[in-house]
Amino acid sequence: MKRLLLLFVLMLAFGAVHAAGPLPGDSVYNLKVQLTDQDGHRQLLSERRGRPQLVTMFYGSCQMVCPMIIDSMRATRKALDPAERARIDLLAVSFDPARDSVAALRDYAAKRQLDAPAWTLARAEPAEVRQLSGVLGLQYRQLPDGEFNHSSELILLDADGRIVTRTSRIGRLDPAFVEAIKRHLGGT
Amino acid sequence: MLTRLAMALGLMLALPAAAADYAALPGGRFASVLPADGKAAPAQVAPFRLRTEPVTNAEFLAFVKTHPEWRRDHVASILADARYLSHWAGPATLGGEAKPRQPVTRVSWFAAQAYCESEGARLPTWYEWEYAAAADATRHDARSDPAWRERLLAWYSRPSNAPLPDIGGAANAYGVRDVTQPVWEWVDDFNALLVASDSRDQNDPDLLKFCGAGAVSLQQKENYAVLMRIAMLSALKASDTTNNMGFRCAKP
Repeated sequence: MKRLLLLFVLMLAFGAVHAAGPLPGDSVYNLKVQLTDQDGHRQLLSERRGRPQLVTMFYGSCQMVCPMIIDSMRATRKALDPAERARIDLLAVSFDPARDSVAALRDYAAKRQLDAPAWTLARAEPAEVRQLSGVLGLQYRQLPDGEFNHSSELILLDADGRIVTRTSRIGRLDPAFVEAIKRHLGGT
Repeated sequence: MLTRLAMALGLMLALPAAAADYAALPGGRFASVLPADGKAAPAQVAPFRLRTEPVTNAEFLAFVKTHPEWRRDHVASILADARYLSHWAGPATLGGEAKPRQPVTRVSWFAAQAYCESEGARLPTWYEWEYAAAADATRHDARSDPAWRERLLAWYSRPSNAPLPDIGGAANAYGVRDVTQPVWEWVDDFNALLVASDSRDQNDPDLLKFCGAGAVSLQQKENYAVLMRIAMLSALKASDTTNNMGFRCAKP
């Protein structure tokens, strides 16, 4: 009986997502991911629909490539003119929900000067992190020492959550990627 | 009494997967082909339960009936590609090409996950699958036996368009059936196997791909029947479906 009830609740939840309007089938917003950001605000991934997004995945305690991912995201944003910048949001989701608590994300944002509302650093439950990496086409693997192996990419989503383009050039600006973002923002 | 019976029956029909059998596996240190630290460390497998049989067409049909968002005509393309369940006669009928007791195939990782969730379970991790697959009929780890390897390899010579046999093969020492055949199986961390090497030390920032430890070096090169599984899983996207990729579920 409990299971039936759960089923019913799940159906309601799915119903609510669909009620927002028909999503394109290739939108990452078809996936239900509950995000919690650096200020503790809860938001479904699909609630980001409506504005283009620059998305990546990272983890806060990473000493190697992750700071460069965030730097690359910042540099990419900086390469846009102010009007373009105002039309795009940045989202970085942690691979490491165990250590990246809301407080840890808040500290990270403060330390790296990643200001809301432009920047959202978010965590999700482990199963949903794995699913999100699946729709974004990113790989990650936790190692026995708690560190992660992971692919590092910046991904541009259109306002409906479809992947427009991506870059794996991390550590310095990818001009072709910036150009693609400008073209996309100009064309929408 | 009759209403009660009908209710019980209705419940069973609505949740047929609840009846699936799981075997308890003890876990422990396990020498995987995929070292835990990317170099040589053994994997630690916590005790877990594994579905004794892969999920069948009949079971998956019951699932799409209760979870219509997973019908092939409803599912979002980002969660399952165009071939998803395409061997079924219709979105909610099996037909002649898909026998009820055959393992379900042409299912995406997302669909497999959703099914397991509906059964109060999850997909096994790679280590759990590899650990269960190491057993033969009498031994928990038969991998050093050439006969074990040959049986695994023999399966690869089967043409991929031949009809799949029904499930219900002989149980291994854990009481788990059909692990290495007739189908490949999704694992929860299929996109964590990272066979691509870390390029951090190549001094070219353009090539920086993976953060963290060094290259994963696969072990037990002679065990290539299992290594092929990793290569296959690593090559797939979460929405991909193939003729031979099915799944089973696991629980803590």
